[in-house]
Parts: sequence; C-alpha cells; structure tokens
Amino acid sequence: MSLRKFITNKTTAALAVLLTVFANTSVFAQDAAAGAAAAPKVDMGEVYKSVIFYVLVFLAICLFIAIVGKAIRVYELSREAQGKPVGINWNRVHASLFALFLVLGLYGVYWEYTVHGAMLLPDAASVHGERIDKMFNLTLIITTIVFVVTHILLFGFSYVYKYSAKRKAYYYPHNNTIEKIWTIVPALVLTVLVLMGFLTWRSIFYKVEDPNNKPLQIEVTSEQFKWSIRYPGADGVVGKKNYKLTTASNTLGIDFKDLKSRDDLMADEMVIPVGKSVKLLLMSKDVIHSFYLPHFRVQLNTVPGMQTIFEFTPTITTAEMQQKTNDPNFKYLFYCAKICGSGHYNMQKVVRVVSQKEYDEWIAEQKPYLNDDLRKQFNLPVAPKPVEAGSDSIATDSAAVKTNQMALNK
Amino acid sequence: MSTIALHDEHNHDHADHGHHKETLISKYIFSMDHKMIAKQFLVTGIIMAVIAMGLSILFRIQLAWPDKSFPFLETFLGKWAEGGRIKSDFYLALVTIHGTIMVFFVLTAGLSGTFSNLLIPLQIGARDMASPFLNMLSYWFFFTACVIMMASFFIQTGPASGGWTVYPPLSALPTAIPGSGMGMTMWLISMVLFVASSLMGGINYVSTILNMRTKGMDLWKMPLTIWAFFLTAILGILSFPVLVAGVVLLVFDRSFGTSFYLSDIVMGTNILPNEGGSPILWQHLFWFLGHPEVYIVIMPALGISSEVISVNSRKPIFGYHAMVYSLIGITVLSFIVWGHHMFVTGMNPLLGGVFMITTLIIAVPSAVKTFNYLATLWRGNIRFTPAMLFAIGLVSFFISGGLTGLFLGNASLDINLHDTYFVVAHFHLVMGSAAIFGMLAGVYHWFPRMFGRMMNAKLGYLHFWLTFIAAYLVFFPLHFLGLDGVPRRYYAFTEFEFMKKWLTVNVFVTWAAIMAALAQVAFLWNFFYSIFKGKVAPQNPWESNTLEWTAPVEHLHGNWPGEIPTVYRWPYDYSKPGHDEDFIPQTVPFSQTMRSNLPHDFEGNTEAEKIQQDWELANPVTENKG
Repeated sequence: MSLRKFITNKTTAALAVLLTVFANTSVFAQDAAAGAAAAPKVDMGEVYKSVIFYVLVFLAICLFIAIVGKAIRVYELSREAQGKPVGINWNRVHASLFALFLVLGLYGVYWEYTVHGAMLLPDAASVHGERIDKMFNLTLIITTIVFVVTHILLFGFSYVYKYSAKRKAYYYPHNNTIEKIWTIVPALVLTVLVLMGFLTWRSIFYKVEDPNNKPLQIEVTSEQFKWSIRYPGADGVVGKKNYKLTTASNTLGIDFKDLKSRDDLMADEMVIPVGKSVKLLLMSKDVIHSFYLPHFRVQLNTVPGMQTIFEFTPTITTAEMQQKTNDPNFKYLFYCAKICGSGHYNMQKVVRVVSQKEYDEWIAEQKPYLNDDLRKQFNLPVAPKPVEAGSDSIATDSAAVKTNQMALNK
Repeated sequence: MSTIALHDEHNHDHADHGHHKETLISKYIFSMDHKMIAKQFLVTGIIMAVIAMGLSILFRIQLAWPDKSFPFLETFLGKWAEGGRIKSDFYLALVTIHGTIMVFFVLTAGLSGTFSNLLIPLQIGARDMASPFLNMLSYWFFFTACVIMMASFFIQTGPASGGWTVYPPLSALPTAIPGSGMGMTMWLISMVLFVASSLMGGINYVSTILNMRTKGMDLWKMPLTIWAFFLTAILGILSFPVLVAGVVLLVFDRSFGTSFYLSDIVMGTNILPNEGGSPILWQHLFWFLGHPEVYIVIMPALGISSEVISVNSRKPIFGYHAMVYSLIGITVLSFIVWGHHMFVTGMNPLLGGVFMITTLIIAVPSAVKTFNYLATLWRGNIRFTPAMLFAIGLVSFFISGGLTGLFLGNASLDINLHDTYFVVAHFHLVMGSAAIFGMLAGVYHWFPRMFGRMMNAKLGYLHFWLTFIAAYLVFFPLHFLGLDGVPRRYYAFTEFEFMKKWLTVNVFVTWAAIMAALAQVAFLWNFFYSIFKGKVAPQNPWESNTLEWTAPVEHLHGNWPGEIPTVYRWPYDYSKPGHDEDFIPQTVPFSQTMRSNLPHDFEGNTEAEKIQQDWELANPVTENKG
C-alpha cells in the first residue's frame, strides 16, 4: 500500500512540477507576446552576452531532464505495481537508436564528403603532388569501404542481436580460418599501400640530378614570424651563410666572403617558372617552423642548425589556377605549420607560378642582398651605382660582382 | 556454489580485519589498499579531465568567435584575456596544457592507473599489489605532478605553451614564447614526477601479474583486461625512462647552458652561444616514448572493452588468443614506429620509408581486434548497459580514427597532412574519444565493484548518446579542414582568405563541443551522487565470470575473506551450450558442469578427457541441449 501511496505522491509531484513549468512558460510567452506588442524592438544582445543567461538556460534543461526522468520512473513503477512487464524495453530502444544512428550517420558522412569534400584544396599543382593525390584517392576508397562496411556490421549486429530473454547467445569462441583470413587480407591491402607509398616517397626525396637541367635553387629562411626568400644570382647557387655573422643589416647572416653570395637576390614573394624543377633550401634562424605549401603537396620543417631540402616541379601557373578554381583572387600561399609562438597563425607568403618569360622579367627586377652597408662591413669595395634600368640590372650586378671578385682576388 | 556461499559470511570475517586500525588518514588519504588507490586515481583523473575539457572549451570559443569579446573570460583569466579576448600566447598555453593533461594525467594515470589498480589484484586473485607502499607512492607522485602542472596557471609568465610535445628550441627559449620560462620548468618537473609515478605503478603491475596469480590462474586464463594492463605496463616501463632522459637533457639546455638540442640560433639579432646540438634529437627521444604512449592510452581501453563486450553480448570474446597476440604485436611494433611523427621534420628520408612500413604493419593487429569485436557481437544476446554502449562507441571510434591513420602513416600522404587539422581529428577519435569511451565503459561497469553501489542507468544512457553524437560532430568535420590545408594550433583563422570558409564550421564544432562538455554533467552528477546515494549493488550485477565479482561487495583489505578462490576455467564461458545459466564463473570447476564441458576445455589433459568421456557415456545427451 505504501508503494502505491508513494507512486501517487510522485505522480502528483511530477504533475505539479510539469504544470508549473508549462504555466510559467505560457506566462512568459504571454509576457513576451505582450512585450512584443508594446515595444517591438527589444535589444536582447546584452542578455545573450551574459553568462547568467546561459547558466539559467542550462539549469532549465537540467530541470526538464530531471522531470522527464521522474516521469519515466513513475511510469515504470506504476507498471511494476500493476504487475505488468517492465515499462520500457531499453535494449530495444538502444538497438533502434543504433540503427537510426547508422542511417543518419551514413547520410551525414555522405553529406560531409559531398559538401565539405567540395571545399578542399584543388588538384595538386606539382608533378609529385599528382602521385600523392592518386595515392590519397586510392587510400580514401579503401578506407571508405572498410569504414562503411564495419559500421554497418557494428550497428547492424547491435540492432539485430539485442537482448531477448527467450534467446541464448551462440557459443562461438574462435574460428582459426576466419581469423587467418582477416589477418591476411588487411596485410595484403596494406602491402599494396606500403609499396605504393614507399615508391612515391622515394621518387620525392631521392632525385637524380640532371646536370643539363639543374633545378632552380631558392633558399627560404624562417624566423618568428616571417619568411625571408633568397634567390641565387647568375651563378645559380645561393652562397654560404654563417649565423654568427647576423647583424641588423645582415639579418640572414650571409657570408659575403663566399663569392657565390655576392650576386644573391632578395625577394618579397616566391616566383617560380612553371614546369621547372625547384629546389627549396630551408633554414631556420630561431625555432622550428614548417614550410607548408599545400597546393603543391610540399611540406618540410625548417630546423635551426640544419638545412632541409625539398624538390618539386610546379605544373600549373597562378593564372591557370585562377581559371580552374574560378576565383580571380586565387593565390598560392606558403605558411607555417609547426607551432612556433604567438604569431604562428599569421606567417605567410605568396607564391606566384608564372611562365619562364615572366619569371625572367621578374628576377631581373630583384635587388641584390649585398648593399653598400654590407660591403663596408665585409670590407668590400663599394660598387658603382647600378644603372637604373630594369632588365639590365642583373647583368650590371654580376659585372659589379666580377669587379669585386677581382678586387678580392688581388 | 561454494564460493557464493562463502560471501554470505563476510560480515563475520570483517571483524578479523580490525587488527590493523584504520584511521581516516590511512584509509582515505595515505591508503595502501589497491581499491582505494584506484578510486584516488579515478577521482583525480576525472577532476583533471574536467579541467582539460574546460580548457578545450575556452580555445574552442576563441576559434569560433575570433573577433568577439567575452567579458566573462576577462573575469576569469585576467590579463590573459584582456578585453574579453584570449591572447595568442595564452591560446597556445591552453592547447598545450589541454594535451598534456588529457594524454598523461587522464588517459594514462586516470585510465591505466585506475583500472590496473582496481582489477589486477581482483581479477587475478591477489590480496593486494606486490608492493602496496610503492603503489601509494605512485598515486602521490601523480597527485603532486597534477598540482604542479595546475600551479603553472598561477605564475606571471603562464604555463608551458610550446605544444604538448614541447619541441625545443621553442620550449627551451623563454625569449621565443613567455610560456617557456617558469611555466616550462614546472612542466618538466611535473613530467619527471609523473614518469616516476607511472614507473612505480608499472613495475608493481607487472610483478603482481607475474607472481601473485591465484591457484589455477595461468596466463591463458587471465581476462583480456589483465593482458592489456600487463602489456601496457611493460610498454610504460620500457619507454617512459627515455622521456625522462630527454627531459633531463632539456633541463640542462634550459638551465645550465648545454647544447643538446640547440644550435645555430639567432633570436632577432641576438646570437646564442649554443652549438652542435640538434632539435631532432628531442623529437626522437620524445616520440620513442610518445608513440608507445599512444598505445599505453588505448590498450587498457581495448582490454576493458573486450571484457565489457563479451559480458554484455553474453558470448565468449571471439578469438581470445588472437586478441592476446594482437596486443603483443601492437606492444612490440609500437616501439619501432615513432618516426612516423617525424616524416617531414627533416629526418633522413630513408628512415621515413622504414617507419612507414612498420607503421602500416601495426594496422594489421588493430584490424584483427576490430573484426574480433564484430564477431563477438555477431549472434550475441546484447544487453545495452551504459558500459556496453560506451564499449560499442569505442569500437566505432577505433575504426573511424584507425582508418585515418592509414593516411597519416603513409609518409607520402603525410607530407600534406602533417600538423593539419586532419591529424587533430585522427588522434582525437582514435586515442582521445576511443580511450575516453573505454575509460567510461570501465567506470560504468566496475562502479559497483569500486563503490558498492550502482550508477543510474538512464543518466548513463543520456550521457552516452549525447557524448557519442557530439564527439562525432566535433571531430568528423575537422578532417576536412585538414584536407584543405589548415594547420593545427592556429590562434585564429582570420588572417587567411581561404580559411574564412571554415569559420562557420568552427562555430558548429564549438557548439558541438559545448554540448559534449555539458553532457558530462550528467556523468559527474551520476558518479558523485551514486557514490553516496546509489542503489546498493548486488554481488554480481552483470552476471560476469571474472573473479572480482566473487569478492564481497563491501570492501575489505585483502579482498576475500578466508581463502582466495581457485580458478578452473577461462573467463569467457558465456552462453555455453548445456549449462542452464548463460555464464559460468571462473571459480566453477569442470566437475560441476559436466553437461557443458567441451573436449577443448581440458587442454590435452587426457585423464580429464577420459573422465568426461565416461560421464558422457553414462549420461547420454538428451536432445535440445542448448
């Protein structure tokens, strides 16, 4: 009897609470409606900003959940008291939820693949990048199949084999044949992936240099939080550096005693000719950064005290990419991908891929690192003022270097 | 039956244990009882998890609304969030400490520490750990490590902020980032204490498992939980010291002017005197621990889920031996894959190729485990207890996150995915969510064993569904940011034109993360409320076979009154045909289950086989056995 009393108490209590809540909300609604009628524009901005508002919302949700919980409890107890089978078959509920989750989840995955999948990087703009993309697609197909099949099995089994008092599970401790199969099959698939990955990796990092077609050297030096780009001059080789020579005017610590340094050029952006192999010489002044050039599938850390090298060949010019992506403002960028301090999130430079002709014009306009200040520092004779004519400056500059060299060789 | 009868007498036995007087301090604080230490690990782990989750919500707010001001942030964080906006340095501190706490304090100590301590003695039939004192020290070193780590929030320069991997030179030079000052020193001290703690724990676990198993409990009769804890402990013992070595060298570099990791460094125009070191060295030392650490995190979770799935499917775990061998395979392989974290760090490309091969091989034992879980569910009789829900969730995360590992383990693909959000999504699914779900499955499953009370199942259901859905909503979209080339640890996406299209995704992910965080309130309430007010637990609430459920509900030092039970069979005799119940505890001898014995059970013991044959001849099988 006391149980019954308890239930009635609970029921009344729950009902009372429910009533109050509904009454309150309807009152609030009426208030709000009245308020809306009186003053149509109430600025709620401040309210939405206050923490207390959200805390109250959360508490209201908790209260709601508690009420639902109590209601379920009341329902179950009343079923029990009436001698009926348990109120809610939770095993069935969860099994159905898993089935629902499977369907909605697979739809969600499809949605992600098509919607967010369409927002990704365009196709690789480099020779090795195309191989990487191929591998990526193969891996994506394999993993997607495995993902979908295993999830259908996982949630499908959960749905089909939910608990039933009438049934007994099937005693099935092992089956060596099946186990062998599902050891060997993944091993084979992985062997294919490993082999392809290994060969791709080798083709990226083990390049045989063609003496007739030497790659274009570009040196990139990172520091907190900027990049410096150095192009070799006419000799095609960037000169030596020594970090101990770093000063305010020689921020990279270039050793101008090395003849190869003297014709080196500095650049604000990276401009590379399409179809020509580029050899990036990566250095860091202070902490580790990472040179990340995603459109070309290029990434390598820049490490203080150690030069790292990445070689790639761009295949699509910026202009072509602007057409391909249908975005007239499209720019290739490289930026930092290794945590390096407070400015890590904004450490970028533009890369322009252009035709050989445009490149030649551009490189001719770039200024040499070696300026009069530095000449004094290195006790080099100050060069005559270069002629103020765009395309000639490179020639004059190398001429200047030659005179310097002669001066030095004395 | 005899064992069950025995427990009814435990009240009488309890008096016998009065001889060593328990004070409040010796019982609850400096306890040497493995069960109490397990609870200490668990509660500390939960508190740290809540803190780390809070930190993640803070930086998620920053990512979702980079240019909005939140005055309450300034109220809490002061100068680190001036004008209600989190500062860039502090953002990095948040991600660093979030990672450190989650990986080490929650998923290593909170998971392995809790369940190794609780289950090793109880499931192998020992009265306590091999060295209870060392066990107590292990907890207190861990606790001190937590306190020091948290204390770094209260110093002028803020906590360590070089990422949880603390790569030098960033972590070695206070001029590079303020967090590398005092905060980093505290991080290093905390980590040394933590490693000492896990070594003491690990040595204890290994020696207990090897030496203190009860009669009949040979290695191949151990539950998979114990196998997982055993191999995890071995991994920890062999890899954690390497981290200490690395940490000590870093301390030397930072404080005594050595150059193990530093060379050729110029801060602005300030030329540092260090010469000859290599930052790559730290990465090798760190990841030599760091990668096994990933398995230290996930293997206990896999062990727990094996047990939970088997119990609640009412079926033996499929391929018990294969499960053990794949754990052993993972253990061995995990030592030779660390280089896959370093494909693009400038390590010799030759090594990249080698590490790629070993890394992809490790996918084989992982695949075997997954398929075995699926086969265990097949034709089971599945009871969806909260623990079972979380175990199924774990399998789902393990698949999803494991598959993306095939991309990252492939050196060629890693070039473009390294240090992007793809990595973030990958490891948050496979080791974050999966391991957390393993831990939660363990908590729901063994709560009755820990506290003698039941947790509220319905709140558990709510907790599971909210968390499961929210975790996928948070981490699934992040893959696509990575595939678009968005690097991780970016304070704001505002400086890049192409990242702006992801801002709405960031807002969505943050709301999902907040939902996941709030869902944990259901757990926390349930957990702490049930400790005191939960329904009193029955002896064996899940009708499980393992030994821990034969110990009395009310804890006593020494676990079993009277003799420790003897083990006769493996732990997975669920739904064995011929037996009237759908489970046969390990303590039931074969002589009591003649009808259900299989030839395989006797492991080639001809005498026992003969007895069985004779019995079967004498008692011909009546049809409809099952």
